[in-house]
Amino acid sequence: MSHQTEPNLRRDWMSVLAKAPPARLAALMPDLPAHDDLRAPEIGAVMVQGRTGGTGAPFNLGEMTVTRCSVRLADGTVGHACVQGRDKGHARRAALADAMMQTAGGAALEAAVLAALRAEEATRRAARAAKAAGTRVEFFTMVRGEDQ
Amino acid sequence: MYVAVKGGERAIDAAHDWLAEERRGDLSVPELSIAQIREQMALAVNRVMAEGSLYDPDLAALAIKQARGDLIEAVFLIRAYRTTLPRVGASRPVETAAMAVDRRVSATFKDLPGGQVLGPTFDYTHRLLDFSLMAEGEAPSSSIHEERTGGAPEPVPHVTGLLDRDGLIEQALPDDTPPRDLTREPLELPASRALRLQALARADEGFTLSLAYSTQRGYGRTHAFVGELRIGRVAVEIDLPELGFAVEIGEIELTECETVNQFKGSKTEPPQFTRGYGLVMGQSERKAISMSLVDRALRWQELGEDFIGAPAQDEEFVLSHCDNIQATGFLEHIKLPHYVDFQAELELVRRLRREAMAAQEAAQ
Repeated sequence: MSHQTEPNLRRDWMSVLAKAPPARLAALMPDLPAHDDLRAPEIGAVMVQGRTGGTGAPFNLGEMTVTRCSVRLADGTVGHACVQGRDKGHARRAALADAMMQTAGGAALEAAVLAALRAEEATRRAARAAKAAGTRVEFFTMVRGEDQ
Repeated sequence: MYVAVKGGERAIDAAHDWLAEERRGDLSVPELSIAQIREQMALAVNRVMAEGSLYDPDLAALAIKQARGDLIEAVFLIRAYRTTLPRVGASRPVETAAMAVDRRVSATFKDLPGGQVLGPTFDYTHRLLDFSLMAEGEAPSSSIHEERTGGAPEPVPHVTGLLDRDGLIEQALPDDTPPRDLTREPLELPASRALRLQALARADEGFTLSLAYSTQRGYGRTHAFVGELRIGRVAVEIDLPELGFAVEIGEIELTECETVNQFKGSKTEPPQFTRGYGLVMGQSERKAISMSLVDRALRWQELGEDFIGAPAQDEEFVLSHCDNIQATGFLEHIKLPHYVDFQAELELVRRLRREAMAAQEAAQ
């Protein structure tokens, strides 16, 4: 049976699973539990919106590919996924992990899979931020001749 | 007029076979992989994603390979593919203020919260051919300077927000009107600014650049400064109906440009700067700057400026001609068989000549 899960916690793990590199998720979750497909992995598009001036009215920027999937575990727990890209295995694993995270086995999955994905994502972000910080520049305005 | 033509199947097959052979080129040269194109031709991939209006680096790389590097042909392939995809929904508007920036520069303020970050830029290079790139298999020689900082990254607020605090720039107030979508309904003029921004985001880079340049040269001048240019990754969130809340489904790279433009005042409002906006998929800063200049030029009516007949001010002109797939479709179709059309014209010219000659003879 599924536990009552905090929406914020579920949002968080679904985000980690969606942003995981598909090959890495596959390596961390080689064996899949028995399940039924409620919605077999399906490729589609999401229209990405921006905001005029960064803060104003929304507009349609363009689409991105996504794959969504919904599964039901043997105990009836339902998991959903909608992940960037066209990797059906990624969507299925993300949906299964979403379901498993709602069960008593969630803590084990958190330790075996989610924790590693979180740490690797943080490392990737920090590495990129460090490179960006290395190109930070201080501009100085020179006094021009006519101003002297 | 289109009239069906028959025949030529064998010639067409042979032409396509030859195309495949030419695409592959010299067999003694290793074949390009999709991953190589994605990783090493990233700015071409970005352009195909932006103008194809579909964020998927692998598919854009495939399209470039299939199109033999013809980027407009590649955009065409992506546009055709995207029509086959079911639409899952629309994302929440992306929060560019929360972007993980690779690059962030301002031409209007030298000291600003979050700092000036050059990122991996061509600026300040000497534009000399680097022959070391021809020496294959060598890793980049120099080591990259990194600066590790502990804790959460420093926030990088929008530069226009700084001017907004003092009321010196027009505001972009939050609004949740669902935008119309020109991929779902035909474009009607006059278009809203949201619709214009959608059209410009997928517009041809060269066309947008030329129009923006024309405004700088005086054809609809708006005296633009780049208030801020930022490139980086933002999370994309979508509301999943199954859950009743929004989840992040991935991350995309965007380029955002905000221009600070010539000010205006009115009887009721003190003088203040106005704004143009550009947002483009991938790292495409030439396109983002161009888009914000054209966006600003198109706002002449809303801002009470004069229409001086400049192309960049003319919404119908810009929106009807900025899409390179529409343009190339109509342009290139004239090379396809028009035999019946032309036959009719030929008949007409012959008849007119006959009549003209007969009239001449009668006059003599």
